[in-house]
Amino acid sequence: MPRRIVLGIRGVGHRVIESVWRLGRASHFFMLMLLKSGISMRRFHLIIREIYFTGVLSLIIIVVSGLFVGMVLGLQGYETLQKYGSESAVGTLVALSLVRELGPVVAALLFASRAGSAITAEIGLMKATEQLAAMEMMAVDPIARVVAPRFWAGVISMPFLAAMFSAVGIFGGYLVTVVLIGVDEGSFWSQMQNAVDFRYDIVNGVIKTCVFGVAVTAIAVFEGYDAPPTAEGVSGATTRTVVTSSLAILGLDFVLTAFMFRGMS
Amino acid sequence: MTSETLVEINDLNFSYDKRAILKGINMTMPRGKVIAIMGGSGCGKTTLLRLIGGSIAPSSGYVKVAGQVVHELSRDALFQMRRKMSMLFQFGALFTDLSVFDNVAFQMREHTNLPEAVIRDLVLMKLHTVGLRGAHKLMPTELSGGMARRVALARSIALDPLLIMYDEPFTGLDPISLSVIGNLIRRLTDALGMTSIVVTHDVQESLKIVDYVYFISEGVIAAHGTPAEVRDSVAPFVHQFVHGEEDGPVPFHYPANSYASDLRLGDRFA
Ligand SMILES: Nc1ncnc2c1ncn2[C@@H]1O[C@H](COP(=O)(O)OP(=O)(O)OP(=O)(O)O)[C@@H](O)[C@H]1O
Ligand SMILES: [Mg+2]
Repeated sequence: MPRRIVLGIRGVGHRVIESVWRLGRASHFFMLMLLKSGISMRRFHLIIREIYFTGVLSLIIIVVSGLFVGMVLGLQGYETLQKYGSESAVGTLVALSLVRELGPVVAALLFASRAGSAITAEIGLMKATEQLAAMEMMAVDPIARVVAPRFWAGVISMPFLAAMFSAVGIFGGYLVTVVLIGVDEGSFWSQMQNAVDFRYDIVNGVIKTCVFGVAVTAIAVFEGYDAPPTAEGVSGATTRTVVTSSLAILGLDFVLTAFMFRGMS
Repeated sequence: MTSETLVEINDLNFSYDKRAILKGINMTMPRGKVIAIMGGSGCGKTTLLRLIGGSIAPSSGYVKVAGQVVHELSRDALFQMRRKMSMLFQFGALFTDLSVFDNVAFQMREHTNLPEAVIRDLVLMKLHTVGLRGAHKLMPTELSGGMARRVALARSIALDPLLIMYDEPFTGLDPISLSVIGNLIRRLTDALGMTSIVVTHDVQESLKIVDYVYFISEGVIAAHGTPAEVRDSVAPFVHQFVHGEEDGPVPFHYPANSYASDLRLGDRFA
């Protein structure tokens, strides 16, 4: 029995030490990547290529999900608001929900599972098949050549994807409430225009998406680079990317929201 | 051997965790020669190449390339040195997101400012030497194992390095490509005055092209000599290796407990 307790304590200690090590490696890696980003910035075509793979190829899932989320918001919002006779405010509800919360958060969650996992798997496989080692032997730094372009491509794509999500979502809400249900079109748009504040809603939403973009892609590239060079290692890292970045998005969203919208009515 | 030394290995020791892989290796590799390193599977040949390339550091001893101790170089100096050496990886390690052409062009684009038209001609020439000019548009996944290795070979000679390390260049090649690649290694070495280190299991083919052979066994150099010396050698080790016999001083088995105890025959018959 005491032996079991000792083993248990040792196990916990081992995991703590391992996590601290990982955190240290991650910070070191992140600093290196920022330091070496200058090189990839000067060769912007590398980033453009990655924007295509991470950003453009994520468009379909973002657009389709945005449309459905907007339509559901329209339906639910109309259901509730008509009880109080204020169904013309449904445009405001759809727009504010999307721009402040759902756009950044849901787009980032989708981005993490679509593009983040792909980035991790790709970098992890390149490591497992010795492509990164080969690159090092060719005197080319894999962090500058492979990792940094993917990171910046993700950071650049994320705000555009979230904006796309919100825009399509608002259109979805419009389709359901104005076109299908028959809410007055003029008041749908004008109430929305009056209620959505550029500084508080749009700018804050954009800040959120930028933070999420950095978090998701940083996690994705680190997990790929740090993955054990085996098939199980890469698949485990891919899963961890999705789980960790989803939790990071939700946690960061709470913190950011608390700071941004505190004391607003 | 009188010519100038390019690679010098002095009392090199290396271990993974606590298991000693290489013990007290000494080698001298002159410019313009093809040197073969042979030895059983898992004896540390790839490890030796990685030590020469500086991707791992020795536990003691040193590797000198062109007069510089590899593991003492700063990262920048190491990268500077690596521009003059290249390595053909055991499994090719082609960049899977780039086409065959872009793989071969990779280092030219990274390290030179050559115009794209010149790069194009150079790449096609390199691919032509390995017989794959016609395959330049393919992606690495569309190649067979042997083709991938030939592309990797073309990539490793892209910038005409001073030192090339080939990790088993002959595996997975048919007899024709095998002798073409063998002769290519010889011709490149002679024409460019480079040094080639060839890790191989293919005794017969490599004895035809190399200048000097080292046999590694259990972490030490078991024998070395010119191909003629090796062919005539009566040392049991060399004889076993050259003639591929199972019984002899080279162990086929990875170190283990006794077979009987692993199968727990002891318990049953006790
Ligand atoms: N990353 C590692 N961690 C621990 N041990 C390793 C590692 N890589 C290789 N080894 C061990 O080092 C020894 C030498 O490996 P190495 O790859 O150099 O063999 P090799 O001579 O190239 O064999 P082969 O001819 O099969 O390619 C092997 O016994 C292997 O078990
Ligand atoms: Mg090997």
